[in-house]
Amino acid sequence: MTAHAVDERELQLRRPFVLPRWVSRAAVWVPVAAAALWVLVLARNTSAGPAIREPGEFVVTLLDGVTFAGLLFVVASGFTLIFGLMRTVNMAHGSLFLGAAYVAHEIQTNMVGKDANIDARDVSLLAWILPLLAAGAVVALLGLLMQQLLLRWNQGQDLRQALITLAISVIAADQLLAHFGGVAQPLKWPGAVTHFFEIVGERYATSRLFMLGVALLVGALLWLWLNRTRMGMVIRAGVDDQEMVRALGINITLVFAITFVVGSFLAGVGGVLGGSFAGSVAPGVDGAWLLNSLVVVIIGGLGSVKGAVAGSLLYGMVVALSPAYLPAGYTYYSVIFTFALLAVVLAVRPAGLYGRAE
Amino acid sequence: MSPTGAAPGRVQSRRTLRRLLSARNVVVAAATALALLLPLFGSNFFVEFVMTRTMILGIAAATIVFLAAYGGMVSLAQYLLAGVAGFMVGNAVVAQDAWSKGLKLGWNPWVAVLFALAVTTAVAFVLGALASRTTGIYFLMITLTYAVIGYYVFGSITPLSGFGGITGIDPPGLFEDHPQRMYLALVVLSVLVYVAFRVLAVTPFGLALQGIRDDPVRMASLGFNVSLHRTLAFTLAGFTAGLAGVFNVWWNGQIDPTSISIGPTLDLLIVAVIGGTLSLEGAWLGAFVFVAANNYLRNLPLVDHIGITEARFNTIVGVLVLLIMILSPDGLAGIIDRIRLGLRRLVQLSRGSGAGPAEAAAGSAP
Repeated sequence: MTAHAVDERELQLRRPFVLPRWVSRAAVWVPVAAAALWVLVLARNTSAGPAIREPGEFVVTLLDGVTFAGLLFVVASGFTLIFGLMRTVNMAHGSLFLGAAYVAHEIQTNMVGKDANIDARDVSLLAWILPLLAAGAVVALLGLLMQQLLLRWNQGQDLRQALITLAISVIAADQLLAHFGGVAQPLKWPGAVTHFFEIVGERYATSRLFMLGVALLVGALLWLWLNRTRMGMVIRAGVDDQEMVRALGINITLVFAITFVVGSFLAGVGGVLGGSFAGSVAPGVDGAWLLNSLVVVIIGGLGSVKGAVAGSLLYGMVVALSPAYLPAGYTYYSVIFTFALLAVVLAVRPAGLYGRAE
Repeated sequence: MSPTGAAPGRVQSRRTLRRLLSARNVVVAAATALALLLPLFGSNFFVEFVMTRTMILGIAAATIVFLAAYGGMVSLAQYLLAGVAGFMVGNAVVAQDAWSKGLKLGWNPWVAVLFALAVTTAVAFVLGALASRTTGIYFLMITLTYAVIGYYVFGSITPLSGFGGITGIDPPGLFEDHPQRMYLALVVLSVLVYVAFRVLAVTPFGLALQGIRDDPVRMASLGFNVSLHRTLAFTLAGFTAGLAGVFNVWWNGQIDPTSISIGPTLDLLIVAVIGGTLSLEGAWLGAFVFVAANNYLRNLPLVDHIGITEARFNTIVGVLVLLIMILSPDGLAGIIDRIRLGLRRLVQLSRGSGAGPAEAAAGSAP
């Protein structure tokens, strides 16, 4: 064997392994087709039943998914906005969520004048909107403080920033536990939105549609801000090329601060929505919502608001569909589907659906 | 092989000896000797509780340090992998007739260990392969997601986790009712893990891994399979974390989903951060500081006076990590390095001013 032949063989051995295109396509479409077939026709022994025979259950499950996706979007958009501009992974995002929910709970119980057993009928529209805005403002201020004191001077050291915010989340979780205790505290929707209506023969809660409405409003305002204002233009430019924006004489530190305020405010709005959706605020929610934000942005692509929409919808659908369409007795496997969604997206597009490879 | 005889060989071996006798190695060897002799003079509580836990956490944290220092990957999934091993041991060893939950396979404990390590390694390989195409902050986020999903998997799939945990997991006869033996075994294992990771760093694989850490694009164009190297490193770290998990479940006698929730996951990262994520020794140092703080902080009268009791331990740990990240991102090991550098500079300064440049130069020549 000549040296040349050895080289050839070594080259072949060392060629990096790349998935053929048809494999990655099949990895996406085969599970999707199988799931669609199962949900539409088979769905034996499931709580919802096959969609062609039980259209009502199917529509309700889809609505569950879309409305939950709305909540996911509100929380994750703040997370992704901050990352997109500043490359800061705010591990304390879940703490801001939980903190806002507790603040809203305090204000709401004071406004309603009851400590426990608050019923949605006691809550006026004002006793929900005022806590929402106040809690959003409080955590926006806390977020600004955190950014100015702890993150501003180490801009660009992403791992250090992630660990700093992680430490803050540990402290915040412990202090919130010390202050509010381990028992769940009530937080309710306003009575005006807690009705039921009929859709394809099934009852459905108006409050969930209200939540979706708030999410759509947040999304629309965010879109207008980012696409139709000068500040939004600067932020989009900053996402693309921070140095150039700086060189053009724009005060980017101010833009950073404002973005952090908006991102934290969105976490706060999400916290009040999520708390009202669950009916209560309890410790541990911060970790769960940090996970939810992470899953959404990993699927959608870090830093992309469009990706946050796509990620929220996909994740929301999986969360709603998997327990409803798993055979009875196997519903506890539904968490596997969250992982499967993540695995498929990571295998096919490591940077997420709308993320850019770094 | 030198043609001139034994002399160059002797020089060579003397050089190797001198390299082995670096300050770092001497300190590590002394610490190891101290740890091995500890049962002779330490209290039972200190040996069987504080130091045993330190060793378990140290091994697990060392896998984080290994991945971070040589691979540039900060992983939050190591505690999950330790937990996977623990759950597998629990499911495998608990006997069918025992008053406990889980699969209750009733296997021989050593077979259970092999099974648990095989499962953990396989899980680590799959998770590593999925995450290996990312680095830095993305890797951190993906592994955090693994950790939390893993917690939910064990929390919701109750046949595996036995409705709130598997209890009554006995260690094999070798360690049962012999906590000192378990401690000594952990010291030996710690040394093995430490030496293995350090030796690995100078093997072709370890060098390639460090090259990938510094410049993945360049390494890829040189023909190295970047994601395969990362995946294998993650798999090895997962296997080692599995070892720590096996000892952890033997030591605890039980395991439940909460023990791998986000809190303990972050605790392990905090251990690595306290010690310094780039220093292998720091893993055990950080573990000791963490466990000691957890156990002895309540004895300080000052702590009681300012209203911070053991119940607020997480706040103290959080503030500690915050301070470390603000002051010295390389942790305690970084602080020690900085002090050593400062001392050396001081010595040089005093020498330089006292003896003059000519003698200083002569002094540095041999």
